[in-house]
Amino acid sequence: MSAADVSVLQRPHDRLRRRRAVNRGMEALAWLAAALAVLTLGIVVWSVASRGASALSFDFLTKPMAPIGFVSPHQGLVNAFIGTFILVGLATLMALPFGILIAIYVNEYAPKSIRNVVTLTLDVLAGVPAIVIGFFVYGLIVVAHGQSAYAGAFALAVLMLPLVGRSTMEVLALVPDSLREAALGVGAPRWRTTLGVVLPQTIGGVLTGAVLAVARVAGETAPLLFTCSLVGIGTTWDPSKPVMSVPLAIYELTDSPEPADHARAWAAALVLLIFILVVSLTARWLATRSRRKIAQATR
Amino acid sequence: MSQTGEEAVSESSTIEQAVRVETKRQPLPPRERLEQIFDIQDLTAIYGSKPALKNVSMEVYKNLVTAIIGPSGCGKSTFIRCFNRMNDLVPGFRQTGTIRYRGQDIGGKEIDPVAVRRVIGMVFQRPNPFPKSIYDNVAWGLRVLGMKDNMSDRVERALTQAALWDEVRDRLKSSALGLSGGQQQRLCIARAIAVEPDVVLMDEPASALDPIATQKIEQLLHELKNEYSFVIVTHNMQQAARVADMTAFFSISRGGEGERWGELIEYDETEKIFTAPSDKRTEDYVTGRFG
Repeated sequence: MSAADVSVLQRPHDRLRRRRAVNRGMEALAWLAAALAVLTLGIVVWSVASRGASALSFDFLTKPMAPIGFVSPHQGLVNAFIGTFILVGLATLMALPFGILIAIYVNEYAPKSIRNVVTLTLDVLAGVPAIVIGFFVYGLIVVAHGQSAYAGAFALAVLMLPLVGRSTMEVLALVPDSLREAALGVGAPRWRTTLGVVLPQTIGGVLTGAVLAVARVAGETAPLLFTCSLVGIGTTWDPSKPVMSVPLAIYELTDSPEPADHARAWAAALVLLIFILVVSLTARWLATRSRRKIAQATR
Repeated sequence: MSQTGEEAVSESSTIEQAVRVETKRQPLPPRERLEQIFDIQDLTAIYGSKPALKNVSMEVYKNLVTAIIGPSGCGKSTFIRCFNRMNDLVPGFRQTGTIRYRGQDIGGKEIDPVAVRRVIGMVFQRPNPFPKSIYDNVAWGLRVLGMKDNMSDRVERALTQAALWDEVRDRLKSSALGLSGGQQQRLCIARAIAVEPDVVLMDEPASALDPIATQKIEQLLHELKNEYSFVIVTHNMQQAARVADMTAFFSISRGGEGERWGELIEYDETEKIFTAPSDKRTEDYVTGRFG
């Protein structure tokens, strides 16, 4: 470019002006899309909080449910909270070890062809509708053994498995090969390398994945409809019997003709929402921590 | 930190003063009287369908520092990684020919690569300490190999041999990642020699380090070669000239259809390689006309 061309810098010509307009328009659209996402969450949280907060009380958190349609000011949802705790706890116990083992096999041992097949399988499994998984577990367990918290937890575990497996695979892939080489180079066998050097690097990431999966399945209703829904109103800790759960309670309470039950459904939704929010924030915090740790190791 | 070898070479006239290492090289006894630890015959290494190395034959001798020099892409790293089966980790890698370690062919399927790596240790190009404490970095290998007696003595001995003990004795429990690059690399050397290997392979161990740290590593080689045998890959010729007893020069050969592979051009005493090479290509390389 010759010296005379500097005039271009001062006088914006048409092409440049149009380009700027397009740029501004696109930026506005992107901003709008982002704002809509935040707004949607805001509306959901607001509507749930404004309607549920009034029904939230100490009794609500500590007393069991009354029968649907049976109004008592001193009833709560503690049986549903305990039930969800049992279901999600059992599901995590089932899905976490399997998910981690799958990820270790795929990332550390499997040849590329098998790796691709397993990865695809997990992705497809993650996309299977929850109701289908519920129905599958119904055929597998419930038909022969009846409903139970075990059956419900198993259905939730099938949902969790791909989430845990994929997130663990992702953090394992972040661990630099130089660390594996370092361990193998001193004569360590493969399993020692994986357990002693690779896996400790990923604990934060694995936990993040687990925690996010917990948040996801804690709100699932569909897999429980066939597997863990025929529940009485009493509180039970026995996983061989069906247990009440928060999403199921919301589902049933909204069916009630009684307005007080609707308020309790909103309150239950609020508790679930707060739980998921807290859990997601914990996951974020864990993820940042583990990324920092891995970054340190790669430096 | 990321100073490349080429820069190091071009600046060598100024750096040389600072990093000069005493190299009172004693003349080597005739080769027949040296003890062979590796005998490589017709080694060809292939990634997928691309040959990285063709028909390399040479011997490596005990208690010497053997340097592998040559331009980028001549297969130096591939070659040294054949010595401890590190290439097994690369999908699609295969090799033909034989590598005998003290008479035993170690390239075969029936040989356990983990057992090979226990006697043939390795130090890598970039310092790669474990994200553990300084002590645990050295002790981990000992634990894995079941050398659990006198653990702290062994750790101290390895760190002393790697000339790191005085710098870290007061903070053995702190993270190895807090050390400088040069210290980290010496820690990696300590980790490698703690398990008492027979041979230590070094893949450009100083290429990521500054001149002072480089000098320390080179000094280490001089001090430790009575106990171990070293094979060191470097693309810094001055480094080879300073530390090595024997030097092998590798170069890139080209065939039809854009094929290219690494080949051993000349292998001799370091003195001879740098002062009176018998191959024109070696001479071009060491005098800086090529590469």
